[in-house]
Amino acid sequence: MAEKIGVYICHCGTNIASKVDCKAVAEYALSLPNVAVARDYQYTCSDPGQEMIKNDIRELGLTRVVVASCSPLMHEPTFRRAVGDAGLNPFLFQMANIREQCSWISESGELATARAKTIVGAAITRVNFNEALEVQKVPVNSNVLIVGGGITGIEAALQIADSGKKVYLVEKEPTIGGYMARFDKTFPTLDCAACILTPKMVSVGQHPNIELLSYSDVTEFSGYVGNFAARIRRRPRYVDEEKCNGCGLCEQKCPLSVPSEFDCGLGKRKAIYRPFPQAVPSIPVIDREHCLYFTKGICKVCVKFCPKGAIDFEQKEKFLDVQVGSVILATGFDLFDASRVKEYGYGKFANVITSLEFERLTHASGPTGGKILLKNGKNPETVAIVHCVGSRDQNYNEYCSRVCCMYSLKTAHLVHEKTDAKVYEFYIDMRAFGKGYEEFYKRLLREDVTFVRGRVAEITDVAQDPSEKGRLIVVAEDTLLGIVRRIPVDLVVLSMGLEPRRDATQVAHTFRIGRSKDGFFLEKHPKLAPVSTASDGMFIAGSCQGPKDIPDSVAQGAAAAANVLSLIDRKEVELEPTIALINEEACSGCRICVGLCPYNAITFDDNANRAVITNAFCKGCGVCVAACPSGAIEQQNFTNRQLIAEVEAICA
Amino acid sequence: MPKPKIAFNWASSCGGCEIAIFELGTKLVDISNKADIVFWPAIFDYKYSDLEAMPDKSIDVTFFNGAIQNSENEHLARLLREKSKLLVAFGACAHGGGIPALANTTSRDQIFASSYKETPTTDNPEKLFPQPKFNMKEGELTIPEFYNTVKTLDQTVDVDYYVPGCPPVGEQVSKVIDQFIGGDLPPKGSVLGASDKSLCHECKRTKTDRKISKLVRTYQTIPDPQKCMLEQGIICMGPATRGGCGSICLDANMPCRGCYGPLPNVVDQGAKMLSALSSIFDAENEEEIQKLADSVPDPIGTFYRFSLARSLMRRTKQ
Amino acid sequence: MVIELSKRFEPKIVGFLCKWCAYTGADLAGTSRIKYPPNVTPIRVNCSGRVDPTFVLKALSSGADGVLIAGCHPGDCHYTNGNVKAIRRFKLLQRMLNQFGVEKERVRLEWVSASEGERYARVVESMTEEIRSLGPLNWKAMVEA
Repeated sequence: MAEKIGVYICHCGTNIASKVDCKAVAEYALSLPNVAVARDYQYTCSDPGQEMIKNDIRELGLTRVVVASCSPLMHEPTFRRAVGDAGLNPFLFQMANIREQCSWISESGELATARAKTIVGAAITRVNFNEALEVQKVPVNSNVLIVGGGITGIEAALQIADSGKKVYLVEKEPTIGGYMARFDKTFPTLDCAACILTPKMVSVGQHPNIELLSYSDVTEFSGYVGNFAARIRRRPRYVDEEKCNGCGLCEQKCPLSVPSEFDCGLGKRKAIYRPFPQAVPSIPVIDREHCLYFTKGICKVCVKFCPKGAIDFEQKEKFLDVQVGSVILATGFDLFDASRVKEYGYGKFANVITSLEFERLTHASGPTGGKILLKNGKNPETVAIVHCVGSRDQNYNEYCSRVCCMYSLKTAHLVHEKTDAKVYEFYIDMRAFGKGYEEFYKRLLREDVTFVRGRVAEITDVAQDPSEKGRLIVVAEDTLLGIVRRIPVDLVVLSMGLEPRRDATQVAHTFRIGRSKDGFFLEKHPKLAPVSTASDGMFIAGSCQGPKDIPDSVAQGAAAAANVLSLIDRKEVELEPTIALINEEACSGCRICVGLCPYNAITFDDNANRAVITNAFCKGCGVCVAACPSGAIEQQNFTNRQLIAEVEAICA
Repeated sequence: MPKPKIAFNWASSCGGCEIAIFELGTKLVDISNKADIVFWPAIFDYKYSDLEAMPDKSIDVTFFNGAIQNSENEHLARLLREKSKLLVAFGACAHGGGIPALANTTSRDQIFASSYKETPTTDNPEKLFPQPKFNMKEGELTIPEFYNTVKTLDQTVDVDYYVPGCPPVGEQVSKVIDQFIGGDLPPKGSVLGASDKSLCHECKRTKTDRKISKLVRTYQTIPDPQKCMLEQGIICMGPATRGGCGSICLDANMPCRGCYGPLPNVVDQGAKMLSALSSIFDAENEEEIQKLADSVPDPIGTFYRFSLARSLMRRTKQ
Repeated sequence: MVIELSKRFEPKIVGFLCKWCAYTGADLAGTSRIKYPPNVTPIRVNCSGRVDPTFVLKALSSGADGVLIAGCHPGDCHYTNGNVKAIRRFKLLQRMLNQFGVEKERVRLEWVSASEGERYARVVESMTEEIRSLGPLNWKAMVEA
């Protein structure tokens, strides 16, 4: 019996109709074999649009449906649901993309219409060979894996743990807290970062539902939504976590001091250390590369003084395998490397510092006890703050890092608060977009900061006249005055842009997450699904998705948590049934497919002399289907017949 | 009940299919008791006029071997189609084009140039080529026209059944002929005398690790008779070829060359073998993969040795 | 630039785009309203590793002037290494197509990530122009001649 196909050409308002002659495409569709009805409609995804399709199915007895509109990545689920509601199997439906890949890319209406006809014709031909399929339902494991213990990961972890679900929080540093733990005050409220962060860190450390795995990373990851498996590597601290009571005596007594990473190298820490006093967990870690015992076999002062005998030089790395139903990546950002901009002299001039180094200087528990000092210990008389270092720059990163204008204003304010120095800010635009941000900017204007609108071309110590001798000269274009200015200063703070983490590529590979053009993790949809990814059950949040401030990071952490809880609450989730199936009669037992499956879903039954696919492991890549020389494997909804039908229709 | 009438014809072939039938030996006596052989140019003297005189559909089954490479082949194919109730494409040439179809990698002009001009021992100072027509005082002589592109039997006329193989193996031939005489036949278009599974199914060699890290030619090595050829780096068409032949080539320690043609669910035998073979290349980066790909000599000749006319592309660009 | 349909040879190129990277990237080109020649008609597959060389030959022998296979960059395949299998098949297929006399510009394997809308447009553009200058393939007519 011949199929009865209903074809619906969507105008999508003017998105499609402005280029594609939808009526003509509908007429063309009607002329093709097996097409029972072809309509064009303004907004097919709307309620009345969907009703129209459902009515046709019921009244005309349609056996197949084709909707030509936007990308299937957009509305395939919508129309599948509509078709299913009308009693037709949702997989007897095919979408033709005549928007993203037709009307929106075409200059000429004539070509767009011709192309639309080809695309619709291919979908119609293919849908004849679609088969009714059942979705696979799988249970959702209620455990959650969160990678990254900065403010975003902490927010997500607390939300989820508070609802009673178990969270594995993996953090690669010895402590959680991320970059925020290193900040002094946060804009625009000038809250002390530690004051608002540390209570949350403590909550995480004490929460019965959070298993905090610090100084750890994820080495292997596999599975699918609701059923992921991760292997977590616990790196050795050389301190027994069960025995240590966080007294800090070992740190006090350790004879060796080395530059502190937490302080950007400006201050010192011991070889056995906690990154900062409020670290969570409050368990120190031994730096193997410098510790005198590991390098020279001597000392062991920490062992002598530890009241609990918690030092364990023999500790080895351990692996923990966990099963979770969903994952949130909140791995954060790294700062742009200032030394790349040679003209600014970072690394050459001692008093050219980064914004993060400035945070450490002004921090009460930083290397200078909160005083803003030059390298020679004196107070600066003039301070320059340079915006957009590494950002909005064709040579480095083209994007705007979003937070630098605000933190530059904060920097200016802190300089005023703690010193009598004159502050110059060199900016391109002032981006004060958030709640209270514009008001903060106004405040700084009143504080008598001198704003110079123009990029800094160079920071030099070559004096052009006696007044410049011994100082750092900031050479910048002042676009409002229309001149190039040379301004002698003592201290330059470079406002660094935000970049993806240096290990983002590795993380992306481990979790099979896509990346945006600039290297941040790729969200499913920038507006409607900013914390979801193309992989169901995997979420991203915070600045690993793109530069953002603390309010937005917290919001995304909570959003990801909401997504996760929604998934868990559903208890089971549907999988696309595009799996591979072996036709037992056709399988010749050549075994070519067995080793090709990346999920080891194919095994060989020696008795029956044929290959066997375990449905639950098959992810539907189709590699085995293409390889099988007997043509014995087919992929549901992407069968050879369906794909060849599309090819034939396009070539006709 | 009159005895069924059967016929055999050869077109562009080597004669091996005729020998395959001939080798049935005393079985032929049995066959000729059960059926009347009304046309068999390879063995007995027949003229075209004998065939033309037969009423349409008077032959019950014709076994037609050989590819269609010239106008005589085509003429007889059409004639026998008219005169036969059932037309069977017998052997690899009629089924897929066979070895003659490798002429599709070249052109008539090039073939003539090689045969009549370029080969070292040819003595043809006037560079004469065969012509379809030649006028002499006795009259006009014609010879069949040589086609540029070789076709299978079913690309020329409607075919009822296929018996693949180069040649089809003895036991299969015997069974098949009995089947046709007996009249117990599967649906039209079926392939007889062959398995619906690939050669791997009946091949007795051990298969373990499906990975190819190096390819070798048959003259470069003496294969281990117990292990799968592919695993020894020797290209064997077995995975993409119908079985039923008893894997005689493998038993003789040579790889399968694909003469039994593609499997039922496969559109193009060569493409499938190419896909299967390259999929198991043990190489992860482009450079290594390129090296392995480069070491396959003559992909068309390897993957389409017997089925080029039947393939999707059918011939090289001319 | 308005092209008059009847005047110029418009190459007909069949595209196989993997849904995770290339198809999404092609969608992005549309969302960004990048204009590029409409000569590649996309067929969505889950992975570039699903592309059977049979499809490529089917396209070329049925009237296509070219075939584009587009997948994720090596290392980024959603299914770990489906694109590696695609490379393996493509390299051998390329050698065979060369023997068939099909110019190598006609069948391409390209990597397009989900965020490379611009790149997709440029690939289609360059492939279309290259095949336009090669002319129509007309394989069926060539075989029958």
